Amino acid sequence: MAEETKKTDDVSRRQFFVKLGLGSLSIAAAGTAAFAYQYLEPNVLFEPSPVVNAGKPDRYPLDSVTLDVNSGIYVIHSQEGYFSLSAVCTHLGCLTAWKPELNMIACPCHGSKFETSGKKIEGPAPKPLPWKRIWLNDDGDLLVDRSTDVPALARDSFVRV
Amino acid sequence: MAKTVDQYFDHLRETRVWRSIFRSGAGSSTLKRALAIQQNVFLHLFSTKVRTRMLSFSATWYLGTLTLGTFLILVATGIPLMLYYHPSAPQAYADTKDLQFVVSSGLFLRNLHRWSAHAMVFLVFAHMFKVFYRGAYRPPREFNWVIGIVLLLITLLLSYTGYLLPWDQLAYWAITVGSNIASAVPVIGNKIHFLLLGGNAVNANALLRFYVLHCMILPLAAMFFVAIHFWRIRKDGGLYAHASEPATLRTAASRTAAVTEAQ
Repeated sequence: MAEETKKTDDVSRRQFFVKLGLGSLSIAAAGTAAFAYQYLEPNVLFEPSPVVNAGKPDRYPLDSVTLDVNSGIYVIHSQEGYFSLSAVCTHLGCLTAWKPELNMIACPCHGSKFETSGKKIEGPAPKPLPWKRIWLNDDGDLLVDRSTDVPALARDSFVRV
Repeated sequence: MAKTVDQYFDHLRETRVWRSIFRSGAGSSTLKRALAIQQNVFLHLFSTKVRTRMLSFSATWYLGTLTLGTFLILVATGIPLMLYYHPSAPQAYADTKDLQFVVSSGLFLRNLHRWSAHAMVFLVFAHMFKVFYRGAYRPPREFNWVIGIVLLLITLLLSYTGYLLPWDQLAYWAITVGSNIASAVPVIGNKIHFLLLGGNAVNANALLRFYVLHCMILPLAAMFFVAIHFWRIRKDGGLYAHASEPATLRTAASRTAAVTEAQ
């Protein structure tokens, strides 16, 4: 009787240590996974600032569409005022171009076409080109924040000089 | 009497040094030839016996072997290319041009790497079509087909990561488009995009990550799975005997497989 109890104890002790071992390894594996994920995610990015200085408003004649290829934005001077549009196609991230002869914005990669309001005319692009926040700083320069979308055609999305 | 080349070779194979390296020794008996395969660290992945008919061109068109051939060419040309290439944004494009116009034989190595890469992608697909239409993917070889799918994905990823390294307009936009496809994954798409590029756009971090993937992680993964792929050919009963062949041959093939398995 006593012998049998001892035997049962032995097995459960072994199982206890197996579980303890596996449990510790699982915790260590989860920790390693979290460690690896954090390591792979850069904490500091040496990327250009999302805020772009687009210069003085008088650089942009009335009814003009101006692409800045380096920052990937359009500055458009319309009757309602100045506004800014992302030039990055919403399909797969190519840089679109303004086609004055067609009076539309076109993407060279897969043929999406947009109006100057950002609205899609045709092509695979799933969304319109987003509007970006634009404002005048104290020096009278137009600034565009590429990281902030604003509603299309909304009153506050224009800058009036 | 003058010795023939074979006799010299047999003599060499009896020397102590040779015997210390290759334990099977000389002799062309079936046992010796089987041992020569079985006791070699590289060759032991393969079956010790293969019927010559299975090695005919029509059986496989040698597509798997040719794929391995292009892979070996890619390793042999890729390592010398690494000696002149800096994976940094200011230098990558200039180094690529230097390899073409300044480094001796650089143009040859780069083009050989490029054409072999194209050939490897083509051959992997051709190999898969051949295996599929012969029915060689069916049990007991179904898991080796799965390994083959993994190798297809690794091949495509190697091709894709290598595409960025010249750091020209073609590379930049191809990777911009390709990485945006990754963003389309539900919920975690943008996270994958960020981790793949090491940032929000294709820049210096992305170049370095793609370089490490292209030159270290993916080739090592490919070698790992290629080893399993070859070993599984033996374990799954050797090269596939076509279903249209006489049943006796297929029975013989499965018997050989059983013997091989037991070894």
